[in-house]
Amino acid sequence: MPRKLLPLLLIVALACLPFVADWLDQRALQSLVARIMIYAIAAASLNLILGFGGMVSFGHAAFFGLGNYAVGILYFHFADSTSLFGFIPGTDNFLITFPAAILVAGLFALLIGLLALRTEGVQFIMITLAFAQMIFAFFVSLNGYGGDDGLIIRKANTLFGMSLRNKTTIYYVILAVAVGYFFWLHRVKGSSFGNILAGIRQNEKRMVALGINPFRYKLFAFVLAGMGAGAAGALMAVFLRFASPDTLAWTKSGEFMIMVILGGVGSFVGPIWGAATFLVLHDYLASWTEHWQLFMGLLLLFVVLRTKGGIAGAIESFRARFK
Amino acid sequence: MTAALEIRNLFKHFAGLTATDNVSLTLKTGQIHALIGPNGAGKSTLINQLAGTLPPDSGQIFLEGQDITLRHPAERVLLGLGRTFQVTNLLGEFTVRENLGIAVQARCGRTLRILDRISGVRTIWDETDATLAGTALEARAGTVVDDLSHGERKQLELLVALVGKPKVLLLDEPMAGLGHAESQDMIQALEKLRGQVTILLVEHDMEAVFALADEISVLVYGSLLMTGTADEVSSSKEVREAYLGSEDSPC
Repeated sequence: MPRKLLPLLLIVALACLPFVADWLDQRALQSLVARIMIYAIAAASLNLILGFGGMVSFGHAAFFGLGNYAVGILYFHFADSTSLFGFIPGTDNFLITFPAAILVAGLFALLIGLLALRTEGVQFIMITLAFAQMIFAFFVSLNGYGGDDGLIIRKANTLFGMSLRNKTTIYYVILAVAVGYFFWLHRVKGSSFGNILAGIRQNEKRMVALGINPFRYKLFAFVLAGMGAGAAGALMAVFLRFASPDTLAWTKSGEFMIMVILGGVGSFVGPIWGAATFLVLHDYLASWTEHWQLFMGLLLLFVVLRTKGGIAGAIESFRARFK
Repeated sequence: MTAALEIRNLFKHFAGLTATDNVSLTLKTGQIHALIGPNGAGKSTLINQLAGTLPPDSGQIFLEGQDITLRHPAERVLLGLGRTFQVTNLLGEFTVRENLGIAVQARCGRTLRILDRISGVRTIWDETDATLAGTALEARAGTVVDDLSHGERKQLELLVALVGKPKVLLLDEPMAGLGHAESQDMIQALEKLRGQVTILLVEHDMEAVFALADEISVLVYGSLLMTGTADEVSSSKEVREAYLGSEDSPC
């Protein structure tokens, strides 16, 4: 019973956090938690293909970055009073930019998936990386949209007339999206499609013998995962008021992967643990030493070698021992 | 009446080797047809071409009159061509019940919904439980496949294949690795299927072949040596030579 209350408790705690942070005079805490939630969405979307579907994609930042730029470019045209491709007017309305970002990421995931999913294993890792690098190179050289420097989204977006420049407003938007996303993901995991995906992860040959063509289902999962990352990228753009080529870089794909592995591949809550651990360590270690990556690497080694299934797996075996 | 499965002039060459050499074969509806032959005769190559995992160089395959030569393996399954594997191929992390459930689910085509709850779909689980009822695996319903014995996995593979309601079933050495008692159980289980499913049985266990087969085809060096009843095959001098080798055989 307490296990079922845990998500509810977490949501309540997250909802109270801005007040507590304010009271403790720790405004940085609110921003840290907001970033953790965004990265948790992105990592969880990667976990949908990597953990639930067994597809090791090393190009997940492509969709995160595309979502990021979709918001940035729409805002750019809004501020400029010009239109994209000559006919799409810009906007700062979050109710339009957010779905647009998801749609763009999903479309690119469909295109990349159609080609990349014809390969497997190392080839799949490399081809997803290659596509992500192509998109990265494209945006870096796109001088009209800031090139190397990225795009500043000065006044952020608006939602129902409220400016999302307000850090507390955007915090609650991020919280609402994160709660919605994880609820949706939980449904997907237990759905008809989730069951087929779990079968494909375990044994594709068996699924073919059941009359399932794995390609279609892997592509569907790939598109759903791309859309999730696009949503996270859009939130990041509004939160930081900045669309950056960094969100497309291969190191970002690596960070998502580290979060998933730290938290526990295939675990539903793993990406939340992974994102939280990664960002907390990143922030605190970086303020302490510039060689923070050394400690991150040691932790990753420990988690991979000494736990079964990352932090989520370690918690699970800890619970089992004290039952 | 059209044949359940018909193979016409099938050829498959590998570098320097003709693995399937002009094979034509007809499976009569409801019969158990055994395919035997010494190691390396091309039995697995033939099965893989029938299942669709290996494309033939030329020739055609018909399932109940329909040309399936170019169909994707998954499509053939949905058209009614089921199979089991020589080395068992199941979902290792799923329980016995879940392995059967996903087979029912796949057959019903309920596979792309993302917001339903698979554990709550009564029709799927009712059929799963009905399939399990009365079988030796009923007591093992909640056991993960990785924890099953080899014999139990063989039984489960057969059950999973039957859940797909195939018209033709390709059985790739269902007795392989089974003990004597388990083999007897498997023979009985297959005997019950006679008349309901057309079966192509690839098997090394001659006791099983002679007990089950309505017709036997002998494959040697990729080509069909003969097709006949158990008596005809066992009394054939050529078949004995193919198995035991003649005087000037290189090995």
